[in-house]
Amino acid sequence: MSEWIRVCPLEEIPRLGSRVVQTGKGDIAVFRSGSDEVFALRDQCPHKGGPLSQGIVFDRKVTCPLHGWTVQLDSGEAVAPDCGCTHRYRARVDKGEVYLSIS
Amino acid sequence: MDTKKTKLVVIGNGMAGIRTLEELLKLAPDMYDITVFGAEPHGNYNRILLSPVLAGEMTIKDIMLNDVDWYTQNGITLHLNKTVTRIDRARRKVVAADGAEADYDRLLLATGSNPFMLPVPGKDLPGVIAYRDIKDTDEMIEAASRYRHAVVIGGGLLGLEAANGLKLRGMDVTVVHLMPWLMERQLDRAAADLLQKSLEAKGLKFLLEKQTEQIIGASVLPPHRTHPHPSLPPEGEGTITPPLSRGRLGGGWVDSLPPEREGARSRRVTSIRFKDGTEIPADLVVMAVGIRPNTGLAEAAGLHCNRGVVVNDTMQTYDPRIYAVGECVSHRGIAYGLVAPLFEQARVCANHLAQLGISRYTGSFTSTKLKVTGIDLFSAGNFIGGEGTEEIVLSDPSGGVYKKLVVKDDKIIGSVLYGDTADGSWYFQLLRDGQNIRELRGRLLSGQSHLGNSGHQGQNNAASMPDEMEVCGCNGVCKGTIVKAIKEKGLFTLNDVRKHTKASSSCGSCTGLVEQILASTIGGAYLPADDTRKPLCGCTDYTHEEIRKAIIERKLKSIPEAMGFFEWRNVNGCASCRPALNYYLLCAWPHDYRDDPQSRFINERAHANIQKDGTYSVVPRIYGGVTTPAQLKRIAEVAEKYAVPTVKITGGQRVDLLGVKKEDLPKVWADLDMPSGFAYGKSIRTVKTCVGSEWCRFGVQDSTSLGIALEKALDRMWAPHKVKLAVSGCPRNCAEATIKDVGIVGVDSGWEIYVAGNGGIKAEVSLFLVKVKSAEEVMEYSCAFIQLYREEARYLDRTVHWVQRVGMDYVKKRIVADAAGREALHERLKDALRNEKDPWQERVRGVAAREFAPIRFQS
Ligand code: SRM
Ligand SMILES: Cc1cc2nc3c(=O)[nH]c(=O)nc-3n(C[C@H](O)[C@H](O)[C@H](O)COP(=O)(O)OP(=O)(O)OC[C@H]3O[C@@H](n4cnc5c(N)ncnc54)[C@H](O)[C@@H]3O)c2cc1C
Ligand code: SF4
Ligand code: FES
Repeated sequence: MSEWIRVCPLEEIPRLGSRVVQTGKGDIAVFRSGSDEVFALRDQCPHKGGPLSQGIVFDRKVTCPLHGWTVQLDSGEAVAPDCGCTHRYRARVDKGEVYLSIS
Repeated sequence: MDTKKTKLVVIGNGMAGIRTLEELLKLAPDMYDITVFGAEPHGNYNRILLSPVLAGEMTIKDIMLNDVDWYTQNGITLHLNKTVTRIDRARRKVVAADGAEADYDRLLLATGSNPFMLPVPGKDLPGVIAYRDIKDTDEMIEAASRYRHAVVIGGGLLGLEAANGLKLRGMDVTVVHLMPWLMERQLDRAAADLLQKSLEAKGLKFLLEKQTEQIIGASVLPPHRTHPHPSLPPEGEGTITPPLSRGRLGGGWVDSLPPEREGARSRRVTSIRFKDGTEIPADLVVMAVGIRPNTGLAEAAGLHCNRGVVVNDTMQTYDPRIYAVGECVSHRGIAYGLVAPLFEQARVCANHLAQLGISRYTGSFTSTKLKVTGIDLFSAGNFIGGEGTEEIVLSDPSGGVYKKLVVKDDKIIGSVLYGDTADGSWYFQLLRDGQNIRELRGRLLSGQSHLGNSGHQGQNNAASMPDEMEVCGCNGVCKGTIVKAIKEKGLFTLNDVRKHTKASSSCGSCTGLVEQILASTIGGAYLPADDTRKPLCGCTDYTHEEIRKAIIERKLKSIPEAMGFFEWRNVNGCASCRPALNYYLLCAWPHDYRDDPQSRFINERAHANIQKDGTYSVVPRIYGGVTTPAQLKRIAEVAEKYAVPTVKITGGQRVDLLGVKKEDLPKVWADLDMPSGFAYGKSIRTVKTCVGSEWCRFGVQDSTSLGIALEKALDRMWAPHKVKLAVSGCPRNCAEATIKDVGIVGVDSGWEIYVAGNGGIKAEVSLFLVKVKSAEEVMEYSCAFIQLYREEARYLDRTVHWVQRVGMDYVKKRIVADAAGREALHERLKDALRNEKDPWQERVRGVAAREFAPIRFQS
């Protein structure tokens, strides 16, 4: 049912960092954790739309560069006490390549 | 339940015990199988807020900290309404009054304290109570709805809060106090007199220097509502209350009761008599004369007690399996009666229960606030003074303001503030840090918050602000919202308030106000964060200083190494510690350390300032604000070529191109071909200059050339925070040098150097460091000062924060008095900068290219 699209080799995303993927549906931030997991979120903070791709990544979290909300990479939920959610996309790594499902 | 887990039993379901569990669950959620015994029938509630409950400002529901569900969710077995009566240390189990038992591997005693009851005849009469728990509070509320005369014995914190609450509930309240003035353990006479006056204006009555001899009771009618509540008619002192006219006791009014009521008699307090023979009516007597650590259980179990269960710095009793925290404890001979120190104990105790073993409790300084709405009072330390002390006093009795600082050897050792407590936490900080205040003397009493804070309408005094007034101008948070959150969510620290309300979490200029609101809402429970022992962040308990020291001594050369060495709690750290560690490593190992872009805030990673719409700004360096037509043309061409929406002259004497797309940044830099202005970094920003002696008719020194030379010398320098300099060519100071991190003012005979100023959130006028003759000397002193700041300040300290902590004396000692040290600092700075490359030039050549390149695909 879902369509996986190849994004880039895993190496192209810095560890504890991200890349922005520009799509017809807007920018998607693809993150790589310290243990090489990948996550994808709409590149918009639930607070005021800040680009989450530009934040500092730790654990499975990213801190938004604009006002410091922290967002959970695996759910898109803001970490309490902040409250809000950004859209999450599915992402996976296969043989060193990152895939994204945006359907 | 997993039977193999270590068993932890907690006796006492109060504030200290449960806070220890909260801390423990954060550190080691699965380590223990936990059982809690509580003598009260309630979950864990915020005892200090019993005062607002009594005053009718809150309900019991509002003050619950952890309801019963919390225990269930955390797998804790909770025995409510069960008093532990025996600890069997040999069999390692505890036994409750109803026979319930629990085995332990570790035991935590948190039994709090017992109110002290004056041993006078009549103390056991119905209607004579203490003020300690929900039951007492309920009884007082109940009494207020039925009776008239309340007498509170004890004019300390607790007594006054009780009296205030009972008064608000419509009772006629007299406070009886043994000493000549109120709160003698927290206030001197002058402040206490002002306090008494304000409380009298609220309708409270006082009998000072009165010693209670006897509490008298008689058979009276069962309670029934005698007055419409709470709007009772005002009444003069000593009036005898209708409807039962009670003459002197022993008199016959009871006997003259109408016979139909005879059967309903019960004994209850009716009056109170003093040593001097006088007597006043009392339907309720509240004893608030002190507390005694509740050590009965521990003593019976053979644990060493001496006015408290004796513990060491790890909160362990003489039995290593048994820990103790809270008011029941005696630590280094002190039993604390305020929440803040107990919470510190809780944190240390949890650390040891979690077997981390890295933290110690070394005692606390405490400060006092009275939680009576509209009364502003603060006291800390030794406020009476003594041998070798001096006092700095401001007394304005008709304005209702009194401030006293007790100073010894240039250090604050105590303070009392009444009416204007805006600076209480500042004084407290100075006191606790033992900071030398010689330099501050002149402006100590006018206060820290009166100088140049922006963003909240110049308000300094939270007490006088109405609820709907905005406190935090960045996040639009009003006073009422903060008060509500503190009460309802049970917040105790500035950080809690920041997290829950956002107030003070952005620029921080309203921090002082938020601290005041916190202090007046939770009273002495508020302890400003201990600045001298500030952990780097939540990932570690180690301080900035300890970490910086170990980085050098242990030759730690990467973030993972540093985190590993200090056993960081979170593998990747967090957004607070990574940038700090990155800077500390960079500063320690300027040539060996490989900068970690992922640990940099985006501005420093992209070498441009992110804007609210995700675009960036570009600020090329224009040394000293001096440019050329060719440079300006180039900037103009770039702005046109990339359709830059806004071109702005900045406050730092250069040009800002705002609204550039991230992917265009490398091209923009390539075309500009100018050095990076570092407008985005914790780094050297600008050196502002004025025209100076080259053109200006007043100029006595060439400020422009010196400014440019300084900016070139400091080019590409990273620092704990941004660093701004300015050079003025004469004392007219057109470059605003006296609000800069380093400011130079030319005078006829040379240059004056000022340091540790800034504009910004809280304007700080810089302090005079030294006067020198030549531009070379300016260079050496300025660079040495900046290097010292780079090496010793905490990440995100601006120069002023650091200098306020270490003191100007120290700075002068290192920079002015020690010539060899100064030279060495200057050399180290030069060495650190010798290899720094211009980030834009590197990126134009393709360094870090993927940072700027999005991945595109259509769908
Ligand atoms: C552009 C400029 C305003 C202007 O249009 O004039 C500016 C813009 C910003 N200032 Fe500023 N400040 C500018 C001069 C100032 C000045 C005046 C000065 O330098 O003489 C001050 C007060 C002086 C001082 O810093 O002591 C100033 C005090 C602040 C502060 C508060 C600093 C403080 O310690 O209290 C911040 C917040 C911070 O740094 O944490 C700040 C932060 C910012 C940031 C970087 C906010 C951010 O993090 O994104 C703004 C970036 C906008 C951008 O992308 O360009 N800006 N800012 C000025 C740039 C000067 C330059 O050429 O580099
Ligand atoms: C009205 C009031 C206002 C206050 N205002 C302030 C203020 O503004 N600021 C401030 O800092 N402090 C204030 N305090 C003091 C503060 O509440 C105490 O310092 C704090 O609650 C002590 O915590 P603790 O855990 O040591 O004791 P407690 O909170 O008293 O908890 C001890 C618990 O142990 C239970 N217990 C005792 N023995 C046994 C047993 N054998 N078995 C089972 N359970 C047992 C008790 O019933 C009690 O619930 C105030 C206190 C009161 C009463
Ligand atoms: S430029 Fe400075 S003062 Fe202006 S909005 Fe931004 S941070 Fe605030
Ligand atoms: S937009 Fe992300 S924190 Fe404000």
